[in-house]
Amino acid sequence: MAIVNNRLPKEDLEALFSDIHPPFEHDEGAAIEANRCINCFDAPCTKLCPTKIDIPLFIKQISSGNIKGSARTIFSSNIMGAGCSKVCPVEKLCEGVCVYNLLKEEPIHIAKLQRYSTEKAMNNKWRLFERKASTGKKVAVVGAGPAGLACAHALSLQGIEVTLFEKEEKAGGLMTYGIAAYKVTPEFCKEEVDYITSVGGIDVQVKKELGREITLTELRQKYDAVFLGIGVGIARSLGIPGEDLEGVVDAISFIYNIRTSDYSKIAVGDKVAVIGMGMTAIDAATQSKRLGAADVTMIYRRSENEKPCTDAQFDLARYDGCSFIWLASPKEIKGENGKVKKLVCNKMKLGGPDSSGRRAPVITGETFTLEVDMIINATGQMPFEELINNSSIRNRNGKILINEAFETNIPGVFAGGDAVNGGKEVVNAVQDGKNGAKAILSYLGI
Amino acid sequence: MANLQSSFLGIKSPNPFWLASGPPTDKKINVLRAFEAGWGGVVWKTLGTQIKNVSSRYSSLNFNGKKIAGFNNIELISDRPLELNLQEIREVMKLFPDRAMVISLMADNDRKSWHELVKKAQDTGAHGLELNFGCPHGMVERGMGATVGQDPEIAKMIVEWVMEVAEIPVITKLTPNVHSVVPVGKACIEAGSNGLSLINTIQSVTGIDLDTLIPNPNVGGKSSFGGYCGPAVKPIALKFITTLAQDEATCRTPISGIGGIATWKDAVEFILLGAGNLQVCTAVMLNGFRIIRDLCDGMNNWMDEKGYQTINDFIGLSVPKLTRWEELDINYHIVAQINQEKCIHCGLCYIACEDTSHQSISKEDGYPYNTYNIKEIECVGCNLCKIVCPVDGCITMIEQRKGDEYLNWKEFQKRGLPLNDH
Repeated sequence: MAIVNNRLPKEDLEALFSDIHPPFEHDEGAAIEANRCINCFDAPCTKLCPTKIDIPLFIKQISSGNIKGSARTIFSSNIMGAGCSKVCPVEKLCEGVCVYNLLKEEPIHIAKLQRYSTEKAMNNKWRLFERKASTGKKVAVVGAGPAGLACAHALSLQGIEVTLFEKEEKAGGLMTYGIAAYKVTPEFCKEEVDYITSVGGIDVQVKKELGREITLTELRQKYDAVFLGIGVGIARSLGIPGEDLEGVVDAISFIYNIRTSDYSKIAVGDKVAVIGMGMTAIDAATQSKRLGAADVTMIYRRSENEKPCTDAQFDLARYDGCSFIWLASPKEIKGENGKVKKLVCNKMKLGGPDSSGRRAPVITGETFTLEVDMIINATGQMPFEELINNSSIRNRNGKILINEAFETNIPGVFAGGDAVNGGKEVVNAVQDGKNGAKAILSYLGI
Repeated sequence: MANLQSSFLGIKSPNPFWLASGPPTDKKINVLRAFEAGWGGVVWKTLGTQIKNVSSRYSSLNFNGKKIAGFNNIELISDRPLELNLQEIREVMKLFPDRAMVISLMADNDRKSWHELVKKAQDTGAHGLELNFGCPHGMVERGMGATVGQDPEIAKMIVEWVMEVAEIPVITKLTPNVHSVVPVGKACIEAGSNGLSLINTIQSVTGIDLDTLIPNPNVGGKSSFGGYCGPAVKPIALKFITTLAQDEATCRTPISGIGGIATWKDAVEFILLGAGNLQVCTAVMLNGFRIIRDLCDGMNNWMDEKGYQTINDFIGLSVPKLTRWEELDINYHIVAQINQEKCIHCGLCYIACEDTSHQSISKEDGYPYNTYNIKEIECVGCNLCKIVCPVDGCITMIEQRKGDEYLNWKEFQKRGLPLNDH
């Protein structure tokens, strides 16, 4: 047993990491699907979309051959509409409430149609939006993830000069660094960022981290307003003995490495345990498998009913051949020569409901042991609490507190996205970015 | 099993489905394939003075992703040598003696030409002749086709010429490019035509290429009005044949129904409104001769279910059920009812009623599904909600009479009854 890279031939890796949501092969396919939509009034799909994309309209526009209009309809509500068409958990959002479900028929493939229009727009570099003349106002947006990009784009359209600060080498945030490569390819992420910023008025400054190269005090002095879309990023620790053994990694870093390196260079164990059952856990488990791990076991402290991922995401792991152990929680990691050897787990049972409304897991006293050589911790991310406290921003456990106007306790400083909500979907962050931009415009009297 | 055998003007065929005069019937190879597939008869593509066709002849109308709701052509009568056509007709009849062979004719506008053409056609042994007074393009500019069918006097004159020499049944095919087919129909019957067939195609422009700005079909940069046919024209055809069935002077003349017939249901409807048999063209052009199987099978099953032994049992049964508007019962009142169990909350009924009808549906906002209910007091029973509803049987119209007695508009006025106040 060992943690090694280059387990599979290059061609296999390329195939395993290629796009799992293939686009329509032909325009006719999109037309047929678009025409299947009955164009509901006050449509449930739109209601479930956090950015409120007018879905019946954009589908009607595909059906009428007005693809440019369709793309504009999508982007005017969600500037990351292209990326969202690949990463949104649509089975619990728009597609999950499509009225065809009530007829026990296949819902309209909204995401695929959305991808169809937005990809055409990106590939053809359609200029769908024009900036207003410059207002002379300057706004700093910190974090070039979905919230920051959406905020920057919305501000730029209204004639604001935006400087977008990003601590990483590339913009895109979690889209670029935190999602399985087979959902969005690195090339796509770059194209999407380029397309969004091509509207102009957005100066992207990479490798500028808040608290290091830039400070909030400095930004407040130089800019008329600040938007913080810094996300979350620190992996929650397991808090059990043996966590420092070689072979214990956090899912965020694991996925980050996949996104920033060649697949053949990513090392993975023979027997991998993934702790957690959220979307990131699924992405870590499936990618371990696709990198060539022999056994991947996902461990979750509650039962299947309480799992945070959707059934569609769960199926990805299932069909990749991962195993699942429900009602189990890591107790101790045992090693040999400083390397992971065994994972001891508590068997759990479900007690009464907790604050989330789900039944809480309770330790039964029984344990079991798994032979593993790699453990990927995907139990969630923590906000940048220290950074936020150091900047004197009011927060709750590191989550930034804002008022209805998306403003923090510091005048002129606004916030949104994961940094505020603790970690939701890309589409929620986009909506926060839009809302933040609206609040900033109102604050600036524009 | 019902009996689908048909005798139209004494012309026998194993089923009532003939191929209408057109591209599918313009030569032996097609007609043999049609008969092998099971078609009851053909009306051979119109013979006359040989013409030359253009290339690029058809275009179509698509609707909401469904291809070919309507079809259009600018093809003229047969462009093959007359003698070759006549020879092939003889050969086909020898191979399929049980099928109906009718020849469509369009001679130049003089008595001698018509006489010669009729004689040549009936010399083949064909069972009947159809006079093409309907073609709306190309031949019109030469004073033929629809030009004849639009003028009762000219039509009458030509039918008279034909009847002077005709020894087999004569059907006159009428154009719908008129406000009413009754005057021409009457004139043709008076002149001796044994039967009528309708409708021929409707003059049309199906669309324009928005890149080149050239209407369809594009013939070297220009187009021309074509003849419209296919599913979209069926309602117009049904109306025209009904007007003949309703008129005292034309109601006893057998009618061959044509216009957008694509399914057995369409065919039954034509018969219910007075057609004695049916002619099909566009549907086979789009799907091939094989569609005859379901045309016959579907009609057969329907007849069995309804207890009809032969076609004659239901010819014209729906004609008395079409009346003048002022005969309709004003006391008849229906209101929509939504079956909440079946409703999928699409809101299509609501927005249709709210924007364009009588604001008779209430919306109760829900997440993600709204609830829609009928405001019975406001509902005029227009059927719009039921028509737009995507679920069969979800919206039904419930009878709620305004009064027990039959009351028509004339009587309503005579009694000075009150009109709506809002």
